[in-house]
Amino acid sequence: MFSYCSDPETLGTLQWFSCYLTTGVHMSFYTAFLKVLLLLAVTAPVALGFGFAGAMAARSRIAPLRWFGKAYIALVRGVPDIAFFLFFVIALDQAFEWTRHKILCPDWDQPIRQGADFLVCDQAKLPLGSSPQWVHESYGFSLAVITFAIVFGAFAANVLYGGMRAVPRGQIETAEAFGMTHHQAFWRILVPQMWVYALPGLSNLWMVLIKATPLLFLLGIEDIVYWARELGGTKTPKFTSYPHGDWRMWYFLFLLVFYLAFTRVSEVALERIMGKLTHGQATSGGEAQRKAVT
Amino acid sequence: MSCWQTVQDYGLRSIGIGERLLPKENFTLCEHFTLIGSGMIWNIYFGVLALITGFFFATALAVAKGSPNPWLRKPAEWFIFLFRGSPLFIQFFFAYFLFLSLKGVHPIFDPFTAAWLGALIVLFLNTAAYTGEIFYGALRSIPKGDIEAADAYGMTGWPRFRRIIWPTMLRLAWPAYTNEAIFLFHATTLVYFSGFPAWRQKGDALYYANYFADKTFNPFVPYPILAAYFILFTLVIVGVFGLVNRHLNRHLPAERRTKIRVRPNLIR
Repeated sequence: MFSYCSDPETLGTLQWFSCYLTTGVHMSFYTAFLKVLLLLAVTAPVALGFGFAGAMAARSRIAPLRWFGKAYIALVRGVPDIAFFLFFVIALDQAFEWTRHKILCPDWDQPIRQGADFLVCDQAKLPLGSSPQWVHESYGFSLAVITFAIVFGAFAANVLYGGMRAVPRGQIETAEAFGMTHHQAFWRILVPQMWVYALPGLSNLWMVLIKATPLLFLLGIEDIVYWARELGGTKTPKFTSYPHGDWRMWYFLFLLVFYLAFTRVSEVALERIMGKLTHGQATSGGEAQRKAVT
Repeated sequence: MSCWQTVQDYGLRSIGIGERLLPKENFTLCEHFTLIGSGMIWNIYFGVLALITGFFFATALAVAKGSPNPWLRKPAEWFIFLFRGSPLFIQFFFAYFLFLSLKGVHPIFDPFTAAWLGALIVLFLNTAAYTGEIFYGALRSIPKGDIEAADAYGMTGWPRFRRIIWPTMLRLAWPAYTNEAIFLFHATTLVYFSGFPAWRQKGDALYYANYFADKTFNPFVPYPILAAYFILFTLVIVGVFGLVNRHLNRHLPAERRTKIRVRPNLIR
């Protein structure tokens, strides 16, 4: 990156590191951090959406929908999350390809599962064999987003379901007494009030989501864990102009510090939001705030 | 080959007893169940040992964090922050590579790079931090009257802790601790995906489930089997912890007993 980097062997320690840490592969490492942030930014709202749908399903008046909602919440929480991650990445991919296969190649007569192979016609492949590299990467990334959303959606559904139930019963009864329909009472009374009850659970979930991001590695994404392993491994002078020993420990120490800082900042920010939301609320938190002022 | 034969060959495969080579093709449902079940031995091993050892350390951590002495409080606070604030997955990686470097310094660190010890230590520290925080919370919500009553009886120091504070703390913390136990048990599946090598293909349940899914490219058989095993063991944990909970609450009138609500909303 810098002009003096052309011959790293002659450099002093500080300059050597300034060159080493700005090589092309290190830039990929830094972009991987952006990937993590992007994943969080995309997954959090999508998972919240899944959660809202799940919570609505779980308290639906239509029995099969209610069973589905409750089963979704119970199942995802009863099984280790990585098992789901490993499962959904393949399962979703195969489900998409199978659907496309049925639509695009209706006259294909061979079975799709042949022993250890999963064969669909060429047009149904996802992404198409001819597509550029970035399509492959973003397809993998979106599979990861959907997987995260399904798993964390179940957790969010559980939190939101609890939040909906925590809204005092009298509120709904009052709405009904005013002649609101079930639909109106839900959207105008219940939904605006449930957030303050759901927020502690949701902020907990946010922390959990942050701590789940390194699992991207298991989904085959070139994320920070992947690069830390790659870059940290022993490098001999034959392959690189920056030879070094096994530094993987230090790279993972850096990741550890990154996550500690990230969770700490989130914690402080969430505490502030909670303080704002409880302001003036008829909860014990709001009462404590009122007493602290006077 | 009969299913019983498969069970004999692979039932203890994960700890190195039985057939050396894993099945390569034409997997039967029986092989799926046997191998994944065999891997559960490791999950139970990690889960139970980390839980038991972590329990005692967590008690010490909770007391230290609640102590007025900063020399005790600060280290406990930092320890809990360190292990609760970072992902377990990264902790595994870091510990593995740390042990790997230490191995170069002295051969005494040799067993630490193997999963049975290295991963167990990480799980132990991790669960101690999470449990310590739960216990600390319980310690702070012990009714004031209980401690005053102990003082009135002239109890101090160790007897007061052993007979009044500790049992009440456990009673208050137990529902949350049950959830922690469930999640620790789930977290054991991370071990063989985080650097620690599965030596001679001796892995845990998820390792074998992943093996089958890779070989057959069909995730719809091994993962549901794994899920079934885990749900079964989750129910066992809930049952056992429920019994302990009943024991801890035995002196209370029935309606005041704290019920365990399995609402795990904490994962790593």
